[in-house]
Amino acid sequence: MIQLMEKEDAATAADQRNEIVLDTRELNLWYGPEQALKNIALQMSEKQVTAIIGPSGCGKSTYIKSLNRMVEMNPLVRITGQVMFKKRNIFHKNYSVEELRTQVGMVFQKPNPFPKSIYENVAYGPRIHGIRKKKLLDEIVEKSLRDAALWDEVKDRLNENAYGLSGGQQQRLCIARTLSIEPEVILMDEPTSALDPISTLKIEELVQELKQDYTIVIVTHNMQQAARVSDQTAFFLNGEVVEFNDTVTLFSNPNDQRTEDYITGRFG
Amino acid sequence: MPTNRQQFDDQLNTLRSALVEMGRKVEEAILNSVKALKETDLDLAQQIVDQDVEVNQIEEKIDEIGTTLIATQQPVAKDLRRILTAFKMASDLERMGDLAVDISKVVMRIGNDALIKPLVDIPRMAEIVQLMIAESIQAYMEENVDLAYKMAKMDDEVDHLYSQILRELFVFMVDNPKTVNQSLLLCFVSRYMERMADHATNIGESVVYLVRGHRPDLN
Repeated sequence: MIQLMEKEDAATAADQRNEIVLDTRELNLWYGPEQALKNIALQMSEKQVTAIIGPSGCGKSTYIKSLNRMVEMNPLVRITGQVMFKKRNIFHKNYSVEELRTQVGMVFQKPNPFPKSIYENVAYGPRIHGIRKKKLLDEIVEKSLRDAALWDEVKDRLNENAYGLSGGQQQRLCIARTLSIEPEVILMDEPTSALDPISTLKIEELVQELKQDYTIVIVTHNMQQAARVSDQTAFFLNGEVVEFNDTVTLFSNPNDQRTEDYITGRFG
Repeated sequence: MPTNRQQFDDQLNTLRSALVEMGRKVEEAILNSVKALKETDLDLAQQIVDQDVEVNQIEEKIDEIGTTLIATQQPVAKDLRRILTAFKMASDLERMGDLAVDISKVVMRIGNDALIKPLVDIPRMAEIVQLMIAESIQAYMEENVDLAYKMAKMDDEVDHLYSQILRELFVFMVDNPKTVNQSLLLCFVSRYMERMADHATNIGESVVYLVRGHRPDLN
C-alpha cells in the first residue's frame, strides 16, 4: 500500500513538472549603444505565474515586451540570443509577429480599451481572425468576459461604450480582449499600477483563476503583489537577472544579497 | 517599497534590545532560583516570583512591536525572520522565566526544612543551563551559528545529569520514605532545569533560522 502511494506521489510530482513554454536563452538587447538586457536566461513553465521585479530602468518592461516582440517597434533595438516559445525561436525570420501575438497576449499598465462598445472590444480580435458568425462571436464574448470576471457587471450593457467602465473594469475588459483569441501566454506589464486596491485585488484573484489555463508573466512594482500571485519570481537589476527562484524562497530566504537588499527596501 | 527604512531599522533594534534584556533577566532569575534553593533563602525565592512580571511585560512589548511591524511594514526575507525569531525567542524566554518561578515555589515549599542531602548535581546542572542561556543570547546577538550549535551540544550533558539525579533521588526515597516529599520536589527542580535547557536549544534553533532561513533540529 505504501509503495503504491509512493508511486502515485511520484506520478503527481511528474505531472507538476510542467512543460517549458517560454525558454529565454542568452538574450541581449540594445537600444542604440545602450545595453538594456544582458544574457537573460529564464524558463517559464506551462500554467505557472512568473513575476518580474526590479527597480525602475532594470530592464523588466523591456524583457516582457521582447516576449511578444513588441520591443522591436523601437527602430533602435538590436537583439541577440533566443526566446523559444514552444521550442521555436520567436526571433526567427520565418516566425510571423502576428502569429506570435495571437499566442502571446499582452495587458498593459493603463487600461487601453478601443473607443467602441464593450462587445466590440472583445469581438475585435476574433473578427480579425475571420470569425463572422454572430452566434459564435456572442459565445466568445460571453466566455471571455466570464473568464475575465467581468460578465456579471456588464452583461446588460454590452453595447455601451467601454470608456464608461471604471478603470478596474476597463482593465478586466482588456484581459477579456486578450483571452478572446485564446492565447497560451498572457504578459502583464504592471497591470494594476493604475488601479485602486479593490480593483487590484480583483485582478490578482483573476490571475489565480487564469493560471488554470494560461501561462502568465507579470511585471510588477508591487512586491507584495509578486509574492501573492506568482509561483516563481525573477529579480532584475541593471539589465541582468540577479536571482530567479521559487517565489516563497525568494521572499523568505533569497540566495543573493542584492535580492535581499532590494526586497527589504535597502535600495531601489 | 518602505520609504521609512530608518524607522523600521530602529524598531528592529528595539526588538533586539528587548530580547537581550529579557535574556539577562531570565538568566539572573535562574541563577537566583538555584541560589535560593541551595541557601534556602525564602526572601530571594519570593523576589524571583515577584520579578517574573517584568519578563512577561517584555514579552508583551516584543509581541506588540512585532505585530505592528508585520502590519505596517510587510517585512520579507531576513526582516521577516528577525520578527518571527523575536516572537519565538520571547516565548522560550518567558517559559524559562516561569520555570525559575517554579523552582522558587519549590524553595518556598521546602521552607526551613533541612535539605535531605547537600546539593551537588543540581547546582552543576544549573551552571550548565545558565551557560546555555548566556551563550544562546550571545549567539543571537552575534548571529553566530557555530556558537548556537556548540551551545546546543551541552543539552546532552543536562539530560545525562537529569537522569542521574532522578536515579539518586529514587534510591533516597526507597531507603528512607520520610524523604519522599523533598525528593519529589527536587525531582521537579531537575525536571524544570532540563526543560530550561530545551528552551535554550530552541533559541539556538531560532538563531540558525534567523541566519540561514531553515530550522534545524538541535534537540
